[in-house]
Amino acid sequence: MILETIGYIIISIGAIFLFLGAFGIFRMPDIYSRMQAGTKATTLGAMGVVFGVGLVQPEWFWKTFIIVLFIAISNPISSHALARGSYKIGIKPFTKKEGLDDLDGVYEAEEEK
Amino acid sequence: MSRFLFTFIILFLIWLGFTTSLATSELITGAVISLIITSFVYKTFTDYGMKFFSPMRVAYIIQYLIVFLIALIKANLDVARRVVDPKLPINPGIVKYDTKLKSRTAKVILANSITLTPGTLTVDIIDDALYIHWIDVTSKDPDVIYREIGESFEKILRKIFQ
Repeated sequence: MILETIGYIIISIGAIFLFLGAFGIFRMPDIYSRMQAGTKATTLGAMGVVFGVGLVQPEWFWKTFIIVLFIAISNPISSHALARGSYKIGIKPFTKKEGLDDLDGVYEAEEEK
Repeated sequence: MSRFLFTFIILFLIWLGFTTSLATSELITGAVISLIITSFVYKTFTDYGMKFFSPMRVAYIIQYLIVFLIALIKANLDVARRVVDPKLPINPGIVKYDTKLKSRTAKVILANSITLTPGTLTVDIIDDALYIHWIDVTSKDPDVIYREIGESFEKILRKIFQ
C-alpha cells in the first residue's frame, strides 16, 4: 500500500518533468538549447514513470530497473548524435555574444589533416 | 578470458532481471543465449574484464551513481527553472573542455554524464577535447570550465578506470 502510493507519486513527478521538457522544447531559441531541455527532462521523466510503475507492480521491479538503466545510457547518446549531426550540416548555435562557439572551424581543420 | 566472463555475467544478470524467475529451464535458456551472444561480442563489449569487480571499484561505482543521481535531479530543477521563467535566462554557447581521462570507456561515461547534468550537452569528442554546448556560459577560462562542468565526475572516474 505504502509502496503503491510512493510509486504513484514518482509517476506523477515523472509526468511533470516530461511536460516541462515538452514546454522547454517549445520555448528555447535553437536546436541545441531545445535538446538540453529535451534530454534532461525526458530522461528523468521517463525514468520516473517507468520506475514508478515498478513500485506499483512489485513483480516488475527488476524489469523496470533494467529499463531505467538502459534509458540512462541510451538517451544522452541519442541527443549527442542529434547535436553532432546538426552541427555537421551547418546549423550554428544561437548565441547572445560573439565568440562563444568553440567548435567553429574545428571540423574543417580536421578534414584538412 | 576475463573479458569473456565479464560479458557473460553482465548479460546473464540482464536476463535474470527480465525474467525474474529462478526456474531451471529459464536459467538454462538464459545461460545458453548469454553464451552465444558473448561469443560474438566479448571482444568489443569491454576493455577491462573481470578486474572491474574488485571491491574498491564497486564502491567507487556506487559513489559515482549517487553523485550522478544528485546531479541529474539538480539538472532537471535547473532546466525547469529556466523554462518556466518568463525572461528565459539563457546565454548559450559551445565551449571546449579538456579531459584528463585516457580510457575510451571513461570518456564515453564522462560525456554521457555531462549531457545529463545541469545546463550542458556534449556535442562531440575529438581526441582529448569535449565540445560542450553550455546553456549559461559564465566564463571562457579553461580552469573554470573544468571545475564547473566535470570535476566531480572526473575525480571518481579516474579512480575507477586507472
